[in-house]
Amino acid sequence: MQDAERKIKAEAKKLLDTKKVNLVIGFEKGTLPLRVSPVFIYNEDHLDKLVWNCLCENNLATHVAKIGSRKVAVVAKGCDARSIVALIVEGQIKRDQVVVIGVPCQGMVDRRKVEKEVEGEIVEVKEENSQVVVKGDNFEKAFKKEDYLYSSCRTCKHRNPSISDILIGEKMEENTEVNEYAEIEEYEKKSVNERWEYFAKEAAKCIRCYACRQACPMCYCEECFVDDSYPKWIEKGLDASDLAVWHIMRAYHQTGRCVDCGSCERACPMEIDLKFLTRKINKEVRDYFDFETGLDPAVSPPLATFSVQDRQDFIDSGEESTGESQGE
Amino acid sequence: MKEREPKIVAFLCNWCSYAGADLAGVSRIQYPPNVRVIRVPCSSRINPLFIVKALQQGIDGVLVAGCHPGDCHYISGNFVARRKFAVIRSFLEYIGIEKDRVQFAWISAAEGARFAEVVKEVTEKVSRLGPIKKLTETRRS
Repeated sequence: MQDAERKIKAEAKKLLDTKKVNLVIGFEKGTLPLRVSPVFIYNEDHLDKLVWNCLCENNLATHVAKIGSRKVAVVAKGCDARSIVALIVEGQIKRDQVVVIGVPCQGMVDRRKVEKEVEGEIVEVKEENSQVVVKGDNFEKAFKKEDYLYSSCRTCKHRNPSISDILIGEKMEENTEVNEYAEIEEYEKKSVNERWEYFAKEAAKCIRCYACRQACPMCYCEECFVDDSYPKWIEKGLDASDLAVWHIMRAYHQTGRCVDCGSCERACPMEIDLKFLTRKINKEVRDYFDFETGLDPAVSPPLATFSVQDRQDFIDSGEESTGESQGE
Repeated sequence: MKEREPKIVAFLCNWCSYAGADLAGVSRIQYPPNVRVIRVPCSSRINPLFIVKALQQGIDGVLVAGCHPGDCHYISGNFVARRKFAVIRSFLEYIGIEKDRVQFAWISAAEGARFAEVVKEVTEKVSRLGPIKKLTETRRS
């Protein structure tokens, strides 16, 4: 980790020195012990701020979406890199605008989970090999990182950045065995009313702060459908039906775009289970279109293209055989 | 008390399904009066938000119909639409909206009789489900 941090700083310095980029986006120490926040470095005086540790949870692609015509370098984990690819594919940024400083990721530690394990306020955090040690006024506790990872990190299949111009350290072995959709498959088995019960309960927690939208690299629309006033798609209040519509459409808009980084869920102050929605969308995209987001900048997103052979067994085509398309 | 008749919105593409509905009309074929037709330029004009919004407003079922694959007036509109429909349909089912509430069909301009058939079938399925309550409820304790 220390080693990676040093290398990131060195690479960032080189890029700024040679004027290859005007801006480096990375992580800096946050104002709270278990937090790390994004940092924007325009000149080398501030390079020392850059950090790399097991708390670098933000998806920095969110900021890459807003770079305009600048040339930037960005520190990217597996999920950040995939989001950057998704942004390139959607034409939001050009490939030659970003220098991706790829860092193979070991997974990020869920700070909420750690905080729940200790009583009192955490004032200091240290990372020691496979452990995080937190200190408070009258306690010191060590946690095994592996057991406290975010759920999206535990089922992550793309730890290595899918694109990178500079790779920090060695590529890691990917966890290909894990079934990232195990929970979704369990949920699908429930009855239709049970599923609605759960969804409605989760959606009802929402306070419409839109933190999930702001944290998401793919929610770059200048005007979101919820902000439209003509037509006003949904009311502005906390009406349960409006909350449900918001969560249905937010998830739907992620079709073929979500990389399951978990930023939305981490940003949510009400701790709504948001990934159970976006993961289902990802699963559908995989099953219907055999597509995974952000792996190849040359492949168009699934909803921007089509195949004549696409599944249509759910459409009444007036024919006995389904699944096959009818010719002219 | 008499059971409430289900309300169904049918989004019909201008070039095929709407003409099919028209043919059903001029041929004087009988079909349930529960559908309210909304004419759209192409099935790909349908944003899944329209479907969700209709259900939220108390519409019990939505029918979306367009040209058969290969017959699209805009060449490939219905192919693109088909992908969106696949996702929103199974997603709505996943979160707990019965799948018969949102139905899709390809209906050509010559299929007046089939339009009536499809509407009958959709109406029957939606009637069986009863009035929509899930997306319309405004408060949860």
